[in-house]
Amino acid sequence: MRTSWPLLVAVLRKERAFKELNAAEWDLLIRQARRSQLLGHLYYLVDAQALLPLLPNGAFRHLDSARVQTEKQQRDFLWEIGKLRQAFTGASCSLIVLKGGAYTLACLAPHRGRSFSDIDLLVPFEALVDVEKRLMIHGWLPENKDDYDQQYYRRWMHEIPPLRHVKRGSVVDLHHNILPRTAKACPDAQLLLEAAVELTGEHQGIKVLSPLDRFIHSATHLFYEGELDKGLRDLVDLAGLIAELDADERLQLVDRARQLGLQRPVYYALRYLTLILHAPELQGAMRRLEQSGCQPKLIVVMDWLFLRALMPDHASCDDSWTGLARWLLYVRSHWLKMPLYLLLPHLSRKAWMRLPGKDQH
Amino acid sequence: MIRSLIHPQAQFYVDDRVVFNPFPMIHATAMLEWGMNWCISTQIHTYLIIHAAVMEKNGFAAVLPAPPGSGKSTLCASLVQEGWRLLSDELTLINLITAGVVPVPRPIGLKNRSIDIIRQRYPQAVLGVLSSDTLKGSVCHLKPPTESVQKQFVECPIGWIIFPKYEAGAITELLSKPKGQAFMEVANNAFNYSALGVKGFEVLKQVVDRADCFSFKYSNLDEAIVVFSQLEPPHEN
Repeated sequence: MRTSWPLLVAVLRKERAFKELNAAEWDLLIRQARRSQLLGHLYYLVDAQALLPLLPNGAFRHLDSARVQTEKQQRDFLWEIGKLRQAFTGASCSLIVLKGGAYTLACLAPHRGRSFSDIDLLVPFEALVDVEKRLMIHGWLPENKDDYDQQYYRRWMHEIPPLRHVKRGSVVDLHHNILPRTAKACPDAQLLLEAAVELTGEHQGIKVLSPLDRFIHSATHLFYEGELDKGLRDLVDLAGLIAELDADERLQLVDRARQLGLQRPVYYALRYLTLILHAPELQGAMRRLEQSGCQPKLIVVMDWLFLRALMPDHASCDDSWTGLARWLLYVRSHWLKMPLYLLLPHLSRKAWMRLPGKDQH
Repeated sequence: MIRSLIHPQAQFYVDDRVVFNPFPMIHATAMLEWGMNWCISTQIHTYLIIHAAVMEKNGFAAVLPAPPGSGKSTLCASLVQEGWRLLSDELTLINLITAGVVPVPRPIGLKNRSIDIIRQRYPQAVLGVLSSDTLKGSVCHLKPPTESVQKQFVECPIGWIIFPKYEAGAITELLSKPKGQAFMEVANNAFNYSALGVKGFEVLKQVVDRADCFSFKYSNLDEAIVVFSQLEPPHEN
């Protein structure tokens, strides 16, 4: 286990208080937070303690700039949502928004100060063709992917290739599941669709995943991810999502994870929320997971990997093994998502295509 | 390793990451200036940031927003040599509350022909290393006057917005510009107008309301300097 945490993590764990940071520490904190895409989050943490007026000028400038940036992204996102609603009018399925977009629409804890770029949607597999056609009519077209990429996405992935709006440049990722079809743990997407909840008020008619599924999706996304440069941000998201669940719901979370076959990522999420972010009151759910047989045997190895890779992606947080840990998790992610007989030809082709000049043929 | 011996390169790091392709070592000063401008214009939103040169005389700032090639830097460098205070040759930072200019006086980046023009007109001017054959041609930096640097924390209200255009053989001409048009053009030259949302609109409206707006065509620097020295304090609206 780590004995000392990077400054940003120490602040998130509430082991370091903003008031006691000197100028050099603020400088380091801002660098680590920017690399982790947590600068906007930091603004609201400081604001919640009413400390903004006491910040050194330089620190305030960076934090406030991050707030402006994330507010701009959310404004743009809401505009796009209006356009997407038009595109979905008369569609065979509802508009279901995932991840960052869902947190914004539902005003969930993680949305304040959170930056995101692509809009992630979930639709039933059978509705893909219809929705894709509607999005095209409204200006979202596939980016230049070659035939191989198109086929690869459509045959094996849980989403179709990204669609970019020709005028506004917004990108929509259209999913029909939350893990690739080739992943062993690929859940039954029907369960997620059935449990999705409709928003009330201004965004009535739009749906988001149920509170339990939101957590499970976010955990699955993080612990199947190959590139963890935003890992700490995702963990902070999970902390915000779990904080919205009461003790009973936290136990139900375990049952739901079992039903979807996604206990493993939920186990990791609870473990690293506790270890890294010092998140309270997760023991009950952890125990229930362990009782149901979810006890990764190689947890010492996973700790070795994740306690490095989930740190801010900044040199001040690396030890000699961080690079190796990130690389191993990258390999693991591919391994989990695809059987070798598919993965090897795919990676060979990618490597071949990457040779200089190949695209000119 | 071997490469660095034969062909030394300069890298620009931001928060521990390389953000540009490497430059040849002899272009390091140009890279440093562009890199610093990139940091401000992409990361800072506590000001409205306009791509414009800005100088002060008699308590008012003249903002010169213009695309590259319009002679903005040459004009700025000349005026500064003639006694105007340098606020910035590239980034006009506008305080979101007071609508005044926050100075960032740094060496003025001169390009191509303007390097020789300034060298000839002002032999006493201090110029830095010449980086030839960069992406933007030859680049050389002019040392800002000591007084401009000493007054770098003194904000300044905006008196004039002037859109300069150098045109070979043109007759010197300062024409008043409709405020609506000036507003739109300044917004187009701003890095973060849309990021600031309503705040951006409000502060720019304040600026344009208070300033006199002109378009300015010139080919002769002496005449241009006279025109600038005769600018009247802005009419209050």
